[in-house]
Amino acid sequence: MINEIFLMNGYGLYVWSAFLFTFLSFVSLYALIKIQYVRERDKFIKKFGILNSEKAAIAGSQSINKEILSNITI
Amino acid sequence: MFKYFEPNKIFSITSKAPKYVLISFIIVLSIGLVEALILSPEDYKQSHSVRIMYVHVPAAWISLGIFSFITVLSIIGYIFKIKNFFLISKSLAPSGFVFNIIALVTGSIWGKPTWGTWWAWDARITSMFILALFYLLYLIAWRIYKDDEKVFKITSIITIVGIINVPIIKYSVDWWSTLHQPASINLLSKSSIHASMLFPLMIMTAAFALFSILIFLMKYNTELIKIKNKGLDRL
Repeated sequence: MINEIFLMNGYGLYVWSAFLFTFLSFVSLYALIKIQYVRERDKFIKKFGILNSEKAAIAGSQSINKEILSNITI
Repeated sequence: MFKYFEPNKIFSITSKAPKYVLISFIIVLSIGLVEALILSPEDYKQSHSVRIMYVHVPAAWISLGIFSFITVLSIIGYIFKIKNFFLISKSLAPSGFVFNIIALVTGSIWGKPTWGTWWAWDARITSMFILALFYLLYLIAWRIYKDDEKVFKITSIITIVGIINVPIIKYSVDWWSTLHQPASINLLSKSSIHASMLFPLMIMTAAFALFSILIFLMKYNTELIKIKNKGLDRL
């Protein structure tokens, strides 16, 4: 049973490499987009932190800014 | 109607949605992998190599679907001057491109045991390769041009020219004699694929669609935060 799943009548190398390539592409794309997202969010938090109280109040009044500052897990 | 597509309104949904989409993706993918690699039968001619179909076909379908959707959004966005449609298109393109590459590479891997060659310049493969080039041009255009008006115009032109290739991809196997087999699944007539193979194919397609939604949401949120970063600079 295990042998059949891995070897697949001699086609295992082709099948597993196709699935592995797909999996690696998914992981790479996810990681790349996640890095971009975290970088932009951190930049936003940093910029927001150095605003004076008046500007921070203006920026904080926008709902989208509050959403960004709230803890977004993904 | 278009006011509902305002980024400020959408962000409250898109910022929360990814974690639910990620969980759904993992569940559906797990079921799909068990079906595709273990439970589905081998083909009487291609044996186990047919299992490559479960990643190759969904990837090709989704890359074609995304490109078509991007084109529609770009045209409507350009006519009605809806900036958010371009933002949505830009966020969809990376997953469309990666699915295109997956379709090409897994097709090449499938080609070796089936046709005896990794690559052939036949109509279907060549037209899919051309689609990857259009995706690449589209992504490069967003990197090169910083002026909104210019980038909207150029990306719209790229998608309009590129969409001509989509029906060519679809009908290439009927119009020309190709190594690639004709379509096994038809929406309007009876499909030639057995239900025991169709079911895992549909599950894997759903998983891939969920992944593209996940990437879209993450990329879209990133783009919105980028805009907000510029807004903070102007304060």
